[in-house]
Amino acid sequence: MNITINGELLNVTSHALLEIVKNVDAMTPYAVAVNGEFIPQSRHSHVVINEGDSIELLSPIQGG
Amino acid sequence: MQSKDCLTIYGEPINSRLLIGSALYPSPDIMTQSIKASGAEIVTVSLRRQQNAAAGNDFWQLIKSTGLKILPNTAGCHSVKEAINLAKMCREVFATDWIKLELIGDDYNLQPDPFALLEATKILINDGFKVLPYCTDDLVLCQRLNELGCEVLMPWGAPIGTGKGLLNSYNLKTIRERLPNTTLIVDAGLGLPSHACQALELGYDAVLLNSAIAGAGCPVTMSRAFKAAVEAGRFAYNAKAMPEKDVAAPSTPTMGMPFWHQT
Repeated sequence: MNITINGELLNVTSHALLEIVKNVDAMTPYAVAVNGEFIPQSRHSHVVINEGDSIELLSPIQGG
Repeated sequence: MQSKDCLTIYGEPINSRLLIGSALYPSPDIMTQSIKASGAEIVTVSLRRQQNAAAGNDFWQLIKSTGLKILPNTAGCHSVKEAINLAKMCREVFATDWIKLELIGDDYNLQPDPFALLEATKILINDGFKVLPYCTDDLVLCQRLNELGCEVLMPWGAPIGTGKGLLNSYNLKTIRERLPNTTLIVDAGLGLPSHACQALELGYDAVLLNSAIAGAGCPVTMSRAFKAAVEAGRFAYNAKAMPEKDVAAPSTPTMGMPFWHQT
């Protein structure tokens, strides 16, 4: 199925959020949002990703 | 060692009245040196999409190595929903319930949206956040934010990154006078150490700045200058300035003036 991760189109076979995130080699620490909604770490293993969903993986960066 | 006259943020004593940003430095090394030279105990950071994960992680390791308290921001958010979600993501990544709430209403001068700011503040406080709202220097907005439970308010001195200093010191002074028990921090728009000094002289508890140091020709030296300015401003505030007068008054005694009435 086709989804987007951080704005980039990606074709994935798994529907499990945890597995998808693991497969893109995300470096810790990061936080996850799906379709604009924050998903706490404790729920990562329960979330199912569907065709067209958008995942955001955010990590620390400089800020003012 | 904690001094008696220290800044308090949501009950936590902070020994430096300068909060520093981590962006825009010419290099990671200069960032680290500048932060250290500032004497700041709080550094601001943000969250963005992972692009170069390794570089991002290097930054985070550097910031962690400073041992400073982290104040994450919601910079760039234009809607309540974006700000709420980013704040929650910050809380998880940075393990803090402090959030510098930025909600931009106008892209030209990066002016905060006061209406969205109030709405987001209410939701975040109900969710357990300790909100430090970046706001305009509007008294009524500051009062409303205070009534919602904000123990810290951060009105702007001028638009972000302009370096113009305190554009409306009357407004800032009024907010100080009307909210005497609220921690007030001038956030954004400062360019010179004298601007920071002026904010502290007005009775502001601290300043938060980034561009003024990171954008200086020598950020590390400018960082020292801001540290000294903030200390000078606080000393001056505590010392209570002399009353301003409209008529000159000599400081050298006139009694015993030579050549008096000899011509």
